Amino acid sequence: MNDMTPIAKFQTTMKDWETDQEVRWCPGCGDYAILKAVQRTLPEIGADPSKTVFVSGIGCSSRFPYYVESYGFHTIHGRAPAFATGIKLANPELDVWLVTGDGDGMSIGGNHTMHILRRNVNTQILLFNNEIYGLTKGQYSPTSRLGTNSPTSPLGSVDRPALPCAFALGAGGRFIARAYDVSKDLGSVLKAAHAHQGAAFVEIFQNCIVYNKDRFDDFTAKGVADQNQLWVKDGEPMLFGSVKSGGVKGIALDIETLSLKVVDVVDGDWQAAGVIVHNVKNRAIAHMLVEMPFGPFPMALGVIYDDPRPTYEQTTLEQDAKARAGKEANLAKLLGKGQTWTVSGTAADPI
Amino acid sequence: MATLAEGPDALTGGKETPAPEAVVVRFAGDSGDGMQLTGGQFTLSTALAGNDLATFPDFPAEIRAPQGTLFGVSAFQINFGSTDIDTAGDQPDVLVAMNPAALKTNVGALKAGGLIIADTGEFNKRNLEKAKYDVSPFDDGSLEKWQVLAFDISALTLEAVKPFGLGNKEALRCKNMWTLGLALWMFDRDRQPLIDWLNAKFAKNKVLADANIAALNAGHAYGETAEIAGPLKQYHIAPVESEPGLYRTVTGAEAISLGLVAGAQLAELPLFFGGYPITPASAILHNLARLKEFGVTTFQAEDEIAAIASAIGASYAGQLGVTSSSGPGIALKGEAMGLAIITELPLVIVNSQRGGPSTGLPTKTEQSDLYQAVYGRNGDAPMPVIAARSASDCFECAIEACRIAVEYMTPVMLLTDGYIANAAEPWKVPDPASFTPFPAKFLEEKNGPNGELLPFARDEKGARPWIKAGTPGLMHRIGGIEKNPGTGNIDYSPASHQLMTDARRAKVDGVANSIPQQEVTLGEAGGKLAVVGWGSTYGPIHQAVRRARRKGLDVAHIHVRHIWPLPTNLGDLLKGYDKVLVPEMNTGQFKTVLRDQYLVDAKPLNKTSGQPFTIAEIEAAIEAALA
Repeated sequence: MNDMTPIAKFQTTMKDWETDQEVRWCPGCGDYAILKAVQRTLPEIGADPSKTVFVSGIGCSSRFPYYVESYGFHTIHGRAPAFATGIKLANPELDVWLVTGDGDGMSIGGNHTMHILRRNVNTQILLFNNEIYGLTKGQYSPTSRLGTNSPTSPLGSVDRPALPCAFALGAGGRFIARAYDVSKDLGSVLKAAHAHQGAAFVEIFQNCIVYNKDRFDDFTAKGVADQNQLWVKDGEPMLFGSVKSGGVKGIALDIETLSLKVVDVVDGDWQAAGVIVHNVKNRAIAHMLVEMPFGPFPMALGVIYDDPRPTYEQTTLEQDAKARAGKEANLAKLLGKGQTWTVSGTAADPI
Repeated sequence: MATLAEGPDALTGGKETPAPEAVVVRFAGDSGDGMQLTGGQFTLSTALAGNDLATFPDFPAEIRAPQGTLFGVSAFQINFGSTDIDTAGDQPDVLVAMNPAALKTNVGALKAGGLIIADTGEFNKRNLEKAKYDVSPFDDGSLEKWQVLAFDISALTLEAVKPFGLGNKEALRCKNMWTLGLALWMFDRDRQPLIDWLNAKFAKNKVLADANIAALNAGHAYGETAEIAGPLKQYHIAPVESEPGLYRTVTGAEAISLGLVAGAQLAELPLFFGGYPITPASAILHNLARLKEFGVTTFQAEDEIAAIASAIGASYAGQLGVTSSSGPGIALKGEAMGLAIITELPLVIVNSQRGGPSTGLPTKTEQSDLYQAVYGRNGDAPMPVIAARSASDCFECAIEACRIAVEYMTPVMLLTDGYIANAAEPWKVPDPASFTPFPAKFLEEKNGPNGELLPFARDEKGARPWIKAGTPGLMHRIGGIEKNPGTGNIDYSPASHQLMTDARRAKVDGVANSIPQQEVTLGEAGGKLAVVGWGSTYGPIHQAVRRARRKGLDVAHIHVRHIWPLPTNLGDLLKGYDKVLVPEMNTGQFKTVLRDQYLVDAKPLNKTSGQPFTIAEIEAAIEAALA
């Protein structure tokens, strides 16, 4: 959506966003849940299928556009952000969703991911992170954890994983959020991403049932979710855990080391424990949250950072309009510009 | 063509020599001496004097090569005359050498009896050493076969600009204007347009404007004085007889930019240009970035791939997507071209060819990307290819590329090269109304027989409908996976791939039905020898064939614009000649295409020195072929 030309709310149902194409992901793949969440969200935000475009690169996640009844462009490996940029410059009224994966968006297309964020093209960028190359049959990816065994790393991977949200924030992203495939809160994160004017980056942990099964169980499994997930909300204290799961905890700032720490919250008195109140416009805290190591800390989820500034296409088109103002698009005059001379004769000059 | 060299002393004091028809002048100096600017302004004054002309700027890849070095020499050659000029000239009649390195690297090309004008102020020990001269060439007799006019231009310039109180370095920078003043005198040119230009260029610095004008005037006055005593003579080259009309000079890069704007207007589309800086293609992005009022959007992408991807994205959203680059960048764009081919979206790709492979010769010209253009993609990926033959031809070729892209829903590659991109020539300003519009049509309603949408249904030309993303009710998905021939849905079935491969091939082959029949550029259809060229070899081939024909040789010139698909009559036309000779600035790429397509025994004439062919080289090959 673009704030220059507000789009009227459009009435659809979830069913309207389903195509007649057979979905070809493996049974049990996390992509199904994400697809459903997106198809549920689109009617809720009043999206118009005719004005909606899903653009993707290559990989399992990038088959996504075929299953959404809107405009869809399944492009080439890693380059979806560049296609999306051209689409938005040509028609800023189009509501563009970009679907990419950890291989597509962080490896072959890392450069383009950086530049769409830096430029702040008004799109929703959904990076499905399953920490593996699925479509090519299970090679380790740039987000695979150290020591990942795969056909290309039979002795365990030795290259350190990239952190997509840290990368996106470092590239100048103005909206950074995190969720996972089967989370009931994925929809609200997608809605917030859509409401953000500018490039909205959402990392979605996604279970690859075949090549990296249950990789995210350490914070998504039923018994551990409570104490291992920190859902941040603007204006609310950063609390996780419960009395039942062994105590309510919070995230506080260690002033001396200028880093985050986990504190115990006794009797609900989070103020006394020094727990930070989340402010989505605080870039410094956002940096700490996306870098927070899982294990000693919970996994930060939800809208981590949201501080809009003018979008690329808006600024570009305003500048172009200014350059055009008062100028006549007279091609004949343009062709005859500069120092010219006339060879006289009977023929009439073209101008 | 009667040129100066036909009388060795024509320019330098021979008695009763007739006015020459054409003169070749080369300005050479250090890359910091402003030789390209001097050449450009001399070109303008030549055009204003009504001469036909062709230029050849030849500069190093380094922005500021170390001063005085052999590899830091920058040269600008212009051929002008009172007859048709098609090339920048084989050998200069006049060489202006601003330092020893410029003399050393350029004097070999000078015609015997030609004139050297040299600035002795720069022929000091240090500069001679840098140019690897043991002794001054003025003292060792090595310049004997030429006329030498050596004097201290540096000192004369310093003297001329003294009243303006410039520092020594700034004052010496006026040398090029002094030299230009002398050149203007030699060829009887009006100084006023130059003075106007200097006043405009230095509008914010009156002192610099005045100093440069003073240097220009001093050089001019020097010519008048020197005429009395020295070897210098003034020449008047009569204006060429041209078709009446309004003229300007144009470079290939300018003409392509203007042609793209015109093409988009004829298609009634906004123009989207995605580019990434690369020599020698960047000039197109620079030019278009200043033409926003023509509905142009320019996007400097993060790399070559993003440049083409953004252009394809823009085409998908209903604009005319264009991208441009040079060989290495075109290689990077290959995969995206395949996507434009399989999704059947219009796109224009301009390739300003340079010497390769890899980084190769960034500022030198070559025609070695023809295979890349015609064949250089994975899969069966047919794509129309057009080649411009001159700077002014770029305008029409750019329009033609836009037309084919829009009418056939296909990417089209337009080939030009470093020579065409930078060279200037006079151009009769065309009337935009004389071009036939080809308005783009977008699908507005579902097109299937049962009210369904068929994004890959085909019209009589084999083209699919263009559906602008955002059109109400026409949602559909496209992508790089093989698709069903009608719906465009993913379809890997054997029958589908066979059908779609054939359809894409047939569509591009069919472009041949929309292009003109191949004409013989000079000479008769059928005979002993056809010299077949494409791209920027037009000038030297044309002149060489003209000369050979004057000698009574049975030879014709055929110049091909449409490289792929080829004109439908080309095969039969070539079979009408006993021999076919294909001069190319590569190792024989078009020759191979012609052999493959027509089983003709085309013989190559190849040059890969980074320099254009000379007329003499082609003339010799013609004579050898007919011997």
